[in-house]
Amino acid sequence: MNAPKVTAARRPPPQGEATRLGAARRLVVSRLLQRAALWAVLLMFAAWFLTPLYVMLVTSLKDMAQVRDGSLLSLPTAPGFDAWAKAWSSACTGIECGGLKPFFINSALLAVPAVLISTAIGALNGYVLSKWKFRGSEWMFALMLFGVFMPMQVVLLPMSQILGWLGLASSLYGLILVHVVAGIPSTTLFFRNYYIGLPDELIKAAMLDGANFWQIFLRIVLPLSTPILVVTLIWQFTNIWNDFLYGVVFSGADSKPITVGLNNLANTSSSVKEYNVDMAAALIAALPTLFVYIVAGKYFVRGLTAGAVKG
Amino acid sequence: MSALAIRNVRKSFGAVDILKGIDLSIDAGGFLILVGPSGCGKSTLLNMIAGLDVPTSGSIHLGERDITHLASKDRDIAMVFQSYALYPNMTVAGNIAFALEMRKVPKAQREATVQRVAALLQISHLLDRKPGALSGGQRQRVAMGRALARDPKLFLFDEPLSNLDAKLRVEMRAEIKLLHQRTRTTTVYVTHDQVEAMTLGDRIAVMKDGLVLQYGTPDDIYSRPATRFVAEFIGSPAMNLLDAHRADAHLGDAGLLAHGTKLPITSAQRQAVQAANGQDVAYGLRPEDLAFADDGLPGLLTMIEPTGPETYVKVDTAVGLLTARVPGNVRHSVGQAVCLAWAAEKAHLFDAASGLRLA
Repeated sequence: MNAPKVTAARRPPPQGEATRLGAARRLVVSRLLQRAALWAVLLMFAAWFLTPLYVMLVTSLKDMAQVRDGSLLSLPTAPGFDAWAKAWSSACTGIECGGLKPFFINSALLAVPAVLISTAIGALNGYVLSKWKFRGSEWMFALMLFGVFMPMQVVLLPMSQILGWLGLASSLYGLILVHVVAGIPSTTLFFRNYYIGLPDELIKAAMLDGANFWQIFLRIVLPLSTPILVVTLIWQFTNIWNDFLYGVVFSGADSKPITVGLNNLANTSSSVKEYNVDMAAALIAALPTLFVYIVAGKYFVRGLTAGAVKG
Repeated sequence: MSALAIRNVRKSFGAVDILKGIDLSIDAGGFLILVGPSGCGKSTLLNMIAGLDVPTSGSIHLGERDITHLASKDRDIAMVFQSYALYPNMTVAGNIAFALEMRKVPKAQREATVQRVAALLQISHLLDRKPGALSGGQRQRVAMGRALARDPKLFLFDEPLSNLDAKLRVEMRAEIKLLHQRTRTTTVYVTHDQVEAMTLGDRIAVMKDGLVLQYGTPDDIYSRPATRFVAEFIGSPAMNLLDAHRADAHLGDAGLLAHGTKLPITSAQRQAVQAANGQDVAYGLRPEDLAFADDGLPGLLTMIEPTGPETYVKVDTAVGLLTARVPGNVRHSVGQAVCLAWAAEKAHLFDAASGLRLA
């Protein structure tokens, strides 16, 4: 968009002191205009993306009387956390009226181990597939890549069969297993591609220094993995926390995750549609992933763009 | 009893033969250089000695032990890599102590070793730094310190100086030599730099296409190169090689002709040429064996490269462009007609077809 202005500024300077000063002034003005245009566009997009969040937040802080007024963008006249309290502990999700709390706890109990286990296995897989190649390891990697692109729906039936055989159907453990298995292809891909960039000579040097497979992994490779570890942890946490399909298919009565809880809460019909409670519930469901991005987002961007380790 | 013996080692990747039967051995305390152009298999051979690669056939012996299939960590070999391969997450002290730690050396002893090695290499002030905060020369020293700490049976160097600038390279070269003189650890050193090969090694193996073309002392290799390739590869500026042919038919004796000019040879050389089958001979002259003379092969001076103590001159003659290396500065100027002369016994003769040395 700003390319033509730059070329205009690079035209050979006209003769004479006065015209040269004029050219300099024109250059400054055109730079300012560019800046202003850039800011305007960025602010517009920021507003565009932030408006829904704003509406959710203000609605969740209003009481039902103000919600019924219908002015979506107005600030709450008497902001309060009643809707949040109700969403957390007393809103009805179907026939039970215990709020989102039990679902939130389920999601936490499920996401933490699933994220840690899938990341650990991915790191180990990546280490083997990049630094301890064996006959057929490239094939194995190709097959794993296939897993990344496989639609989730394809595995629903076979997976429920397997969970049944294992006696894990409708339990939190079953759901953890499903998420670990579903996550391994992408975690493996992340780590393998990162470790490919680590110099092989590091591994050779460690071998000559007398380190074995595990010592090399734990003492050399893992300490160099911070960026990709953060990326994978965030990726897995977001996916698993936000998952609805596996959550709704494989969970039992007391192992439903937060997404299922949120859905049930919003779909439970009563005499009044409590938008403020729905919004508060949606925000509660989104907070953990939001929190993770705010805390580790810096590392996320850095990890995605980081090249090979120097030194 | 040799410290390291390599017996008929071959390596193939599918149909491609990387090493075609290597036999080398070196005495304890020796400094063996593997030199050759890239792709000659020298690094593959080094990796096999290190245990990072396995030969297709043949065996490698360290002292009395057959180590061909022994894991790297059990070989008691230390290696300095071209990229140094320092562990970026550890301090310099951690890098040096890592091998000792893996071998369960007690902490106090590890620290004493780190101090001793650091003092030896003058890196004591760097011990707490991470490799990322070091210059190229400092990294090189740390890499050597890491190898030295263990007091291994064998040192391996894989082109350790190729990432350094010219001045530092000369310094580190001298330091490696000094270190070897002090520790007397048997060393195998891979390089493609013939100056490094000549200055460091007490045995040089010149390799090409998976074969050792010549194995000997630096002096052997320089003064009696076994093949035309070795003659061209070792020595800088490179040896002049003239395409010549036997001229017995119309000269009545087995002289050598190059572009119609008769080349001087000794009677021993004449006999060697007569004994050979081929008609064509490569006639080699080291640049330092050529000198300006009042009488000799005439030519035109086309280039003068003064280096200070000596000057390289290029002379366009009837037999081709010759490079001569003369002491001091020359008073001549480019375009001037000069004459070059040399002693016949300084010439190196190679069979043009096989490349093998005749005399």
